[in-house]
Amino acid sequence: MRNIWTIARREYKLFFISPIAYVVAFLFMLVLGLFFSLTMYGSISQMAYSPTAPSPQMVISPMVTILLFTIPAVTMRTIAEEQRSGTMELLLTAPVRDWELVLGKWLGSFLFMASLLLLTGVFPLVLNFMVKPGIDFGPVIAGYLGLLLLSSSMLAIGVMVSALFANQIAAFFISLGVVLALWLSNQFTSYVQGFWKTLLDFLDIITHFVSFYRGTIALKDVVFFISLTALFLFFGTALVEWRRWR
Amino acid sequence: MIQVEGLTKDYGKRRAIDNLSFHAEQGDILGFLGPNGAGKTTTMRILTGYMPPTAGRAEIAGFDVVEQSLEVRRRVGYLPETVPLYPEMSVFEYLKFMGELRNLRDIEDRVDEVLEVVHMEERSDSYIGSLSKGMRQRVGLAQALLHKPEVLILDEPTIGLDPTQIIDVRNLIRELGKERTVLLSTHILSEAQQVCNRVLIINKGRIVVEDTPERLQSRLAGSQRVVLKVRGEPDGLETVLGKVPGISRVNLRPDNTLEFELTPGQDVRPDVARAVINSGFDLLELHAIDVSLEDIFVELTREEPQPPSVSDDGEEEAAFDTDEIAEDEVEE
Ligand SMILES: Nc1ncnc2c1ncn2[C@@H]1O[C@H](COP(=O)(O)OP(=O)(O)OP(=O)(O)O)[C@@H](O)[C@H]1O
Ligand SMILES: [Mg+2]
Repeated sequence: MRNIWTIARREYKLFFISPIAYVVAFLFMLVLGLFFSLTMYGSISQMAYSPTAPSPQMVISPMVTILLFTIPAVTMRTIAEEQRSGTMELLLTAPVRDWELVLGKWLGSFLFMASLLLLTGVFPLVLNFMVKPGIDFGPVIAGYLGLLLLSSSMLAIGVMVSALFANQIAAFFISLGVVLALWLSNQFTSYVQGFWKTLLDFLDIITHFVSFYRGTIALKDVVFFISLTALFLFFGTALVEWRRWR
Repeated sequence: MIQVEGLTKDYGKRRAIDNLSFHAEQGDILGFLGPNGAGKTTTMRILTGYMPPTAGRAEIAGFDVVEQSLEVRRRVGYLPETVPLYPEMSVFEYLKFMGELRNLRDIEDRVDEVLEVVHMEERSDSYIGSLSKGMRQRVGLAQALLHKPEVLILDEPTIGLDPTQIIDVRNLIRELGKERTVLLSTHILSEAQQVCNRVLIINKGRIVVEDTPERLQSRLAGSQRVVLKVRGEPDGLETVLGKVPGISRVNLRPDNTLEFELTPGQDVRPDVARAVINSGFDLLELHAIDVSLEDIFVELTREEPQPPSVSDDGEEEAAFDTDEIAEDEVEE
């Protein structure tokens, strides 16, 4: 347990000296800020005709897209860089279990992503001040929980793919591919049958996420994302092990 | 302490080490010698639990390196050949991180201690990225010593160090070897000679010989080498020498001297002198030299017995530290 924390802490600290992390954070705030002000501007100019306040979900939905594209950039370094620089030899000969290493790498990235999400919390807060009588925080909290869980599973994919490579760029593109494929997979369910349909239905991330987006926190959705995270971290550990045997 | 039996490792089709067996006890400093690609690093990586062998088994302190890998890793201090470090961390942060991974207590005090041992206490706050190659080597060594391991595995520990540091590190290894087990690899034979109490020469993944440095030297001392120098070009001298009975391996060296071996028990130097003078050469020098470990090494790792030829030696010696060769020539 302590090893996981040791590795996660180093990983987390590393984000604050890496340009990638600042680019990701900047992108997040920029895109969100743009969406936010455009939506606010739109609502204000329409205020005379329709008296509905902008929904707090307008902060959540653009974040999904940004998350999908930035998570591969957050995780690409995690294991690939250790393999490139040779420090993997250090970690794999230290008394650390392979799964502790993978879990630590994931936890560090997750904490970074969570910090970033926390930072975006200013938008709902600002919104709360701008509309009368304030917003309903229920859907916001559910939405944020959904984002955290979504990030958790996507980060697990990123860490897993990073274990495959000794090159960050390769890790970035492959994990981006996997993340996007998963995200879009429910588009194809009507074209396949049997095993593949069952698989695609199982991996249908959008359906599970949308229920959070609508403001409901269902146990089955929470369990879904946690299992997905565990599954990919398990695969990541298997890949680290496999690289030893090569 | 270290027990290796039938260790074999294949990288795809290439066999890196082939059926290695050896052992080392507490207080042993075992030197691993071999040319590039001999399989030294591969063996060390298996012993440290970095990767499993294809066949065979190895035990450290009674623990199997595959089955009880974590126990082994707790007891081993390892300096990898590439000296992996995190350039964005300071020396202190790095060692603290490694100490935390090993669940050490009083980590900061221990870090200060090992930094003193490798004479890096003044650079404790420097970023590793800003250190020189030799300093990084020393930080790597400090990392290997951090947890006072029972077994130290050092892959070319003195490479890249300056002469004072080399002496320092060799002394340190000798000191550590008193109550621990040290396995170190090197290309430098005089280093093995100075530091190790046992030398294991491997070539192409196989053990060629295992012995104490002293016995290795005396093993070939029976056959003495002689250097002969004449005025001018020694053209045709080889054929002259070939006719003298009791000598073998005549070899023309680049400095126009000839080197040959005397069959043990027969000192035919007077016969050689007469033959040389009778053939019309001016004899300048004729003296016996000690067989150095270098010679034994080149001899043992030679592809197959080759007839004496002119260009024979130069290539194989190129694998060694040139400084060391120069040093040995002076000694001769
Ligand atoms: N990761 C690898 N993949 C494939 N082959 C490898 C790998 N590492 C080593 N080898 C091969 O295994 C053999 C032994 O290599 P090894 O690194 O153990 O030699 P070494 O004795 O340490 O050499 P050096 O003195 O150059 O450090 C070589 O033929 C090498 O090409
Ligand atoms: Mg090597």
